[in-house]
Amino acid sequence: MKDFALHDAPVLDELRALAAERILILDGAMGTMIQTLGLSEEDYSAHGHIHGPGCRHHTDHPQKGNNDLLVLTKPDAIEEIHYQFAMAGADILETNTFSGTTIAQADYGLEGAIHDLSVAGAQVARRAADRAQATDGKRRFVAGAVGPTNRTASISPDVNDPGFRAVSFDELRRAYGQQMEGLIEGGADLILIETIFDTLNAKAAIFAAFEVFQKIGQRLPLMISGTITDASGRTLSGQTPTAFWHSVAHARPFTVGLNCALGADLMRPHLAELAGVADTLICAYPNAGLPNAFGGYDETPEQTAALVGGFARDGLVNVVGGCCGTTPDHIRAIADAVAPYAPRKVPA
Amino acid sequence: MTRYLRLSGLEPFVLTPDIPFVNVGERTNVTGSAKFRKLIVNRDYATALDVAREQVENGAQIIDVNMDEGLIDSQKAMVEFLNLVAAEPDIARVPIMIDSSKWEVIEAGLQCVQGKSVVNSISMKEGEDQFREQARLCLAYGAAVVVMAFDEQGQADTFARKTEICARAYRILTEEVGFPPEDIIFDPNIFAVATGIEEHDNYGVDFIEATAWIRQNLPHAHVSGGVSNLSFSFRGNDTVREAMHAVFLYHAIKAGMDMGIVNAGQLVVYDQIDPALREACEDVVLNRKPKAGGTATENLLDLADRFKGGKREERVRDLAWRDWAIDKRLEHALVNGITEFIDADTEEARQAAEKPLDVIEGPLMAGMNVVGDLFGAGKMFLPQVVKSARVMKQAVAVLLPYMEEEKRLNGGTGRQSAGKVLMATVKGDVHDIGKNIVGVVLACNNYDVIDLGVMVPPQKILQVARDENVDIIGLSGLITPSLDEMVHLASEMEREGLNLPLLIGGATTSKVHTAVKIAPRYSGPAVYVLDASRAVGVVSNLLSPTNKAGFVDGIRTEYAEVTARHERAEAAKDRLPLAKARANPLRLDWDSYSPTAPKFTGPRVIDDWDLADLAEYIDWTPFFQTWELKGVYPKILDDPKQGEAARALFQDAQDMLKRIIAEKWFTPRAVVGFWPANTVGDDIRLFTDGGRETELATFHTLRQQHSKRAGRPNLALSDFVAPIGMPDHIGGFVVTAGPEEVEISGRFDRENDNYSAIMVKALADRIAEAMAEALHARVRRDYWGYAPQETFTPQELVKEPYGGIRPAPGYPAQPDHTEKRTLFKLLDAEAATGVTLTESMAMWPGSSVSGLYLGHPDSYYFGVAKVERDQVADYAARKGMDLAEAERWLAPVLNYDPAAKQAVAAE
Repeated sequence: MKDFALHDAPVLDELRALAAERILILDGAMGTMIQTLGLSEEDYSAHGHIHGPGCRHHTDHPQKGNNDLLVLTKPDAIEEIHYQFAMAGADILETNTFSGTTIAQADYGLEGAIHDLSVAGAQVARRAADRAQATDGKRRFVAGAVGPTNRTASISPDVNDPGFRAVSFDELRRAYGQQMEGLIEGGADLILIETIFDTLNAKAAIFAAFEVFQKIGQRLPLMISGTITDASGRTLSGQTPTAFWHSVAHARPFTVGLNCALGADLMRPHLAELAGVADTLICAYPNAGLPNAFGGYDETPEQTAALVGGFARDGLVNVVGGCCGTTPDHIRAIADAVAPYAPRKVPA
Repeated sequence: MTRYLRLSGLEPFVLTPDIPFVNVGERTNVTGSAKFRKLIVNRDYATALDVAREQVENGAQIIDVNMDEGLIDSQKAMVEFLNLVAAEPDIARVPIMIDSSKWEVIEAGLQCVQGKSVVNSISMKEGEDQFREQARLCLAYGAAVVVMAFDEQGQADTFARKTEICARAYRILTEEVGFPPEDIIFDPNIFAVATGIEEHDNYGVDFIEATAWIRQNLPHAHVSGGVSNLSFSFRGNDTVREAMHAVFLYHAIKAGMDMGIVNAGQLVVYDQIDPALREACEDVVLNRKPKAGGTATENLLDLADRFKGGKREERVRDLAWRDWAIDKRLEHALVNGITEFIDADTEEARQAAEKPLDVIEGPLMAGMNVVGDLFGAGKMFLPQVVKSARVMKQAVAVLLPYMEEEKRLNGGTGRQSAGKVLMATVKGDVHDIGKNIVGVVLACNNYDVIDLGVMVPPQKILQVARDENVDIIGLSGLITPSLDEMVHLASEMEREGLNLPLLIGGATTSKVHTAVKIAPRYSGPAVYVLDASRAVGVVSNLLSPTNKAGFVDGIRTEYAEVTARHERAEAAKDRLPLAKARANPLRLDWDSYSPTAPKFTGPRVIDDWDLADLAEYIDWTPFFQTWELKGVYPKILDDPKQGEAARALFQDAQDMLKRIIAEKWFTPRAVVGFWPANTVGDDIRLFTDGGRETELATFHTLRQQHSKRAGRPNLALSDFVAPIGMPDHIGGFVVTAGPEEVEISGRFDRENDNYSAIMVKALADRIAEAMAEALHARVRRDYWGYAPQETFTPQELVKEPYGGIRPAPGYPAQPDHTEKRTLFKLLDAEAATGVTLTESMAMWPGSSVSGLYLGHPDSYYFGVAKVERDQVADYAARKGMDLAEAERWLAPVLNYDPAAKQAVAAE
């Protein structure tokens, strides 16, 4: 028997109390930081001996670029990046688990490692969070990051067969559920469903979260973050920001917001629209501008911070951070830029 | 956030109170459409998608998809069709209603839609447990639900069963499942009437009454139904069926039905049904005894034969101008606002023309130019121009299909418009008569007008301005908080780097406000437009490459002068500190005054209004002002210049008023209340009882702070109420002509008749004001009874010869709109009258009036005018309101710049 009428985990009150006082800070781009480490195939795959907390995973697929795997093979390096973001001012650390579902890991042949990747991903972030908290006494939270996967539930990959779907709602629901269980087991305080370019994928993730919460007997805070892919002002699957909010509002999320694809300047009107309609807290973590010809990001910490500071000045946000191209310096600058401003008030 | 039903496809849909009824498209339902069923059985999905697309194009706000058919694998068909719909942005933009009697089919459908959809339906047919389980799944999938009034015993047919089941379902959903009440839509079952079986006769009434009960007792829930069942026994006679549907919807919508599965293309307009047929349908639907005797069913059956097939013949009149050449006929029709022959004439012109566009750019524009010239020369007046626009619109509607066909064939060029103007009533405001008039006048002059309606958020205005690449933005508003919204929008336009001209109009706007508060926030031109007659001149100047620069410079210079003059005037005005103003109040002689006690205390609903009586109380002078005819009624009818236009307008108004009365278009409601009250400082304190021991509420008032000549008081409304120790009272009221004007006006708009659309709103406003006047008279003579002998006629009342006043929050004597909250709470006005307050404290529906009653014979209307910081701080503290919030609400009357102090404090 399904019953989703659960009480909220105590951490929600803690987060709400903090968010009432000031704008909270989310961390920056894990991928950007990993790139600077210049890791090799051997670093990624640990010479073919991938150790999980409970077992060992063998695969013939090359692993270079499988950033999620590093929580098992380079846990100290990942923990150090988390720690740098925390010390730059981040209140909430996102686990390095963006692609940690059976669906996304299929490309690397690591479907069997999901539980280990999720648990370890949460543990690594938890260690960094606890270490930062011990250093400066400030509470840190771990957000279990749930990415969109590399398949879309409401768009056909085959232009000649618009009714075809490469993945079903149930497949997504099961994959997300498995990932979330591991994240919670590893110590995640909340769940962040992010970079949503197909709202139907996100709805499957929300459904999975409801099921996992029923299993653990309480609701963890949910953060939901959509992605407006271009100047059309729509998600990849075609929704406007308001339509997107209507589609996910049943999750009663702690925050809803936007991340990725756009820099803060181009994100702004869509964020403003969302802030005008959503009766919950607003979270924004844009890219450091649009990618340059080399796929890098050129906005300096000051530039990004000035734009994100503008969100805060105009009362649009409650949680801010950075996506692609944002470093600990960006996060520090963003935290400074928003500090003078009161958090957005949720429309009554 | 207000608890509205919020759905989405690719775009959002919100069921706000200004949408009286949601049409759910029914053509993609295999049980309702034989054509669609055939397409699905034959797997012709491409054509099936066309059916869906056509529905959306025809205005369906939600589409119902149903695949329940024995020959089809319903679950597979549902998934295939919804997946295909998702790939068609012009269909997928609206929300989907997933309709099946099988839960597996519904769940499969829910897994295919990214938007927030509606499940149709779940019920307690199989018991409460299964109902709970399915409701929980709907919640987890993020869908709203239609709940059928169906339980283990079967489908509810009587009022008692319908309401008992809906109440039980509501309790389970909201209390046990945690379902948001605004996402619940009840379907209390529409059954066939006029079947010849007596037990069926009351089915229409049962549904309508259950609907009213649900809307009153199950907060935020909605009511829907499948209308076509109703007329099942008249299969084959579409005229009668459509008439029955229209009559049924007319009454059910009034009772609160706000959604329905109907074929929008086949709905007839209630007023246009043959009167005999309409009455017969009404007898059947409302289970009335026909006046002529017999039973309602027999009566309708007798009548039905007359309406099989045939259409009424058009009467033909022979008029001299009908013999003129076609161009002259079109011009005549435009200038005189005659729609009678326009379709045929336009068609004739089209056949003679090389392409349909030539008709618009040739004779029609020529005719409109004549209209424009006459209007510019003061020889035609606004009501006549609006009638001309109606003719133009209908002519263009005739040509449009041909132009589209032509465009499709050879990619031909569209019509060249003079410019694109975006118009909107700003967020929080519901008033739109003036804006609609301006829109019509601009459209007449070949501008392309995009009207975003009322309560439009700034993001939407900016987005549409960008998406549609408009040339000008025009903002309208009537209540004072709208002034702030306009300032906000100007700053947003500045921040986004726009440079479009911004036009400001509406009753509370002014040249001074535009110059002092709006223009400095925006580097593009911001221009105040006094009335519709100026709009064309301003817009054409702003869009003219040659005149623009000079015109804008002229405005800038003028506004600089206005600002300087305003500042000088403000500086010259001596303002008193609050303490000094308080030391100079109005001192009424309370010792020789003995207040009358009202006949009752607390609120009382008054709903015995007779529209014909109310019509007597209409003050017509403001009605003519609405139409920009300036003068006093009745003298204006004989005005040498405007008299002819005024008489024609008055005649049209009288004609419509007659129909309003005869056909009961509106359902006026009012609530009035009295409370023991005394002045405490500048406030009026209300008590629960005559002993005045328990405080009930407080009305806060503001005091004039300008320095007065000797002997003149610094007034506050509280001066008119007796101090503690005397048994004084005050009263309050809210009246409304009812929400129907929105729907009726929308219907006229859809028929390309903006003249009638504006007319009905203008009359609804007048009726609301008339109610306020009539109710005040009753209060003085009876309810409060301090002037039982008063015998003024309605006409005499216009000059306010009576004792006592009825000041409204938000108007000069108390400029703070938020006092309405207190008034509404005391009167429980929302429940009593259906009138609600928007975020800017505008009353919805727009044709509503509220105010306080002060009974002292020496009380009079005054303006508080500008107030100082000391009073605002004191006032905010008394109200328990943030200073910043108080400053925001009082922005129009602040005698200082609240931002200025913050800047100083920050240094």
